[in-house]
Amino acid sequence: MQHNAEVPLALAARAVTKRFPGVVANDQVNFDLAHGEVHTLLGENGAGKSTLASVLCGLYRPEAGQVVRDGKEIRLNSPRDGLTHGIAMVHQHFRLVDRFTVAENVVLGHKSLSFVLATAEIEAKVAAITEKFGLPLDPRAVVGELSAGERQRVEIVKALYQGAEILLLDEPTALLAPPEVEKLFTTVRAMTHAGKSVVFVSHKLAEVVDISDRITVMRGGKVTGSVRRGEADVRRLAELMVGREINIVARRAKSPVGDVLLSASQVHLERDGTAMLTDINLEVRGGEIVGVAGVAGNGQRDLAEVIAGLRTPQQGNVTVCGVPTAGSGARGARRAGLAYVPEDRLGTGLAPSMSIRDNLVLTRERGFLVDRKSALLEAETFIKQLEIKTPGPLTPTRKLSGGNAQKVLLARELFALSGARVLVVCSPTRGLDVGAVETVHALLDEARDAGKAILLVSEDLDEVMTLADRVLVLYRGRITLERSGADTNVERVGRAMAGLAT
Amino acid sequence: MNSNIWLLTFADAISIATTLILASLGAIITERSGVINLGVEGMLLMGAVTAFVVADSTGNLWFALFIAVVVGVVLSSIHAALTVGLRANQIVSGLAMVIFGTGLSQFIGKPIEGDPLPVVIRPLELGWLADLPIVGPVVFGHDVFTYLTWVAAGGASFYMHRTRPGLTLRATGDAPATVDAQGGSVARIRWAHTMVGGALMAFAGAWYMFARAAAWNQAATTNGIGWIALALVVFASWRPLRAIGGAVLFGFSLQVPFTLQALQIRILPPTIVAMFPYLITLAVLVLLSTPRARRLLGAPKMLGQPFVRDER
Repeated sequence: MQHNAEVPLALAARAVTKRFPGVVANDQVNFDLAHGEVHTLLGENGAGKSTLASVLCGLYRPEAGQVVRDGKEIRLNSPRDGLTHGIAMVHQHFRLVDRFTVAENVVLGHKSLSFVLATAEIEAKVAAITEKFGLPLDPRAVVGELSAGERQRVEIVKALYQGAEILLLDEPTALLAPPEVEKLFTTVRAMTHAGKSVVFVSHKLAEVVDISDRITVMRGGKVTGSVRRGEADVRRLAELMVGREINIVARRAKSPVGDVLLSASQVHLERDGTAMLTDINLEVRGGEIVGVAGVAGNGQRDLAEVIAGLRTPQQGNVTVCGVPTAGSGARGARRAGLAYVPEDRLGTGLAPSMSIRDNLVLTRERGFLVDRKSALLEAETFIKQLEIKTPGPLTPTRKLSGGNAQKVLLARELFALSGARVLVVCSPTRGLDVGAVETVHALLDEARDAGKAILLVSEDLDEVMTLADRVLVLYRGRITLERSGADTNVERVGRAMAGLAT
Repeated sequence: MNSNIWLLTFADAISIATTLILASLGAIITERSGVINLGVEGMLLMGAVTAFVVADSTGNLWFALFIAVVVGVVLSSIHAALTVGLRANQIVSGLAMVIFGTGLSQFIGKPIEGDPLPVVIRPLELGWLADLPIVGPVVFGHDVFTYLTWVAAGGASFYMHRTRPGLTLRATGDAPATVDAQGGSVARIRWAHTMVGGALMAFAGAWYMFARAAAWNQAATTNGIGWIALALVVFASWRPLRAIGGAVLFGFSLQVPFTLQALQIRILPPTIVAMFPYLITLAVLVLLSTPRARRLLGAPKMLGQPFVRDER
């Protein structure tokens, strides 16, 4: 949508600077939003786009610069101030009360609410909003029982109920399956038709091209470029995001696959009486990567933990290198030759306060005394080989950046003296910058070529499609699709992730 | 004769329930905001002894009740200062409140130990209602505060479920970060409800003093009723109206041993019966320690968790 000079901009940031300890998250950033426009802020994690959105909604106060609403400078000291100016942010992590109904969540904290709640009236009003903007929701449903997509709708309805004219959506597609993303886009269009403006914060390049009237790219706290609808070229945007040319090349197994090193058969897991995994059968051979795709919360974590020995399934067997491991605990699985890289790399994977060297020793099983000399040598080798940015091998791992911590963890699990033949790795690149993602992918690729069997559990569909020789889709604890890398297409997998495939 | 004594038992159960309802209502209101105050027993004792001493020197029942409430507010604000302000462990602070309240009340109460009550709360004369068979003596032979307590429970229920501040209160116990994000002050809500809760607890003690107790008898005056009130909160799933039914039930089971004794029926030694309140409390605390049980019982999700804003 064109914006012309006569109509003031709905919202603008003028030379906004925001610092956090050790980092300038926004450095003299300019950004504007016309009425009825969808303007996307695109950038890698840590590019500063969420920070900018937080400044615009009043959550953060910038050190310098101005926020301008309809041509007038406004001062926002809290999100509540933002709301009084009609600006609302829908956060990536929902802020809802699980035990409340949709309607109760929508009105919670609303200023003009009467002392005694007019429940029927509120529910009718909520229903009217859901209808107008294509947000199917039952006002009386309990939020704790809703899916991620539905919860997001509650957040959007809440913002609209409070009279928001400008909506800032922070990574709104992160938790959604592809069909739910389509629904979200329908809603966004309905909102702009009604004259509202939307700031769409995302790092998913491919997705935003369709929905955006304009795309502004950020990198390292600065705006690196801005393109209008129709001018958007995926390759150009990617370069703006990353700052150099990138090649997204699928990495597949180069050598023929070997023996089955990891298998699970008829695994069934229940938690609190609810089936988390049902009839899971899978095999991973040496020299291949099997990717498990799925929307968050469909049992990926349980699957990884069952295989890693952290959970004991009620039924079924898990075999690592020919040894049955179900029920023998994490140590049993590890002894059989399994390595596990959990999603929470710093909390579960590494001991944050211990040094890189000591973390490498943690999984060694032989000997009572620690062989510090060989551990130090090992640490130094890894730091050099994997280009881990750190003052030295004795630096505590909590001081490392996400990417570097992941490198340490992968090095330990894949290549250390205790090296295993089977690897279970969960969301290995979540929160990493592009450079680190490439390194991690290269490491996994290398491990595959070395004949290891790798089970890659990831919510990042692109990652699975890039790396995996075979793809499994997990939906509500069942494997609903299995395809080998060559004949998968993204759409098919996306449909299965949403539970639509047959 | 025997049927009479059972009618009395029921009437006594309802009477004792008044203290239990008031105290557990205080605890429910406190806990719904996410603060657990284990100091109920201490608050009851302080309320009781304060009311006694004030009434002793002024002879004014209403003034005595008022001062007891003030003491409850002051004591519970110490708990709020520690747990909300300084984010201290709520269990530890609550237990400290018990020890402090018990100790201080015994210190204050030493000179008046065993003295006759300066004032008493008398039952209302309800005329023909009281003459109804069975219902009359059981339900219509109580004082004004008993009936007001029922109204208060209904009011608290309405407040929690049907009003704007009640909605915010429940949200604060379940998802303080959400309330914070909307510009509400988690600290202010927790302070306020902890103080109101403390006022109710102390009032419960004061009422018990003048309506049920024969004399100030140091820590034995309330005899563990505060602990039972805490168990009652769980039993009532943090709902004020359910607390009424639960309180009558608990009151009945407290009264039955005396009735049995009067009827010269001996089932358990009284010393064992005296242990029950503490056993129940222990069981409740153990029950509440697992997240799953908390969820099933309907406990506020963030009960006992200090709120710290997630700063970047």
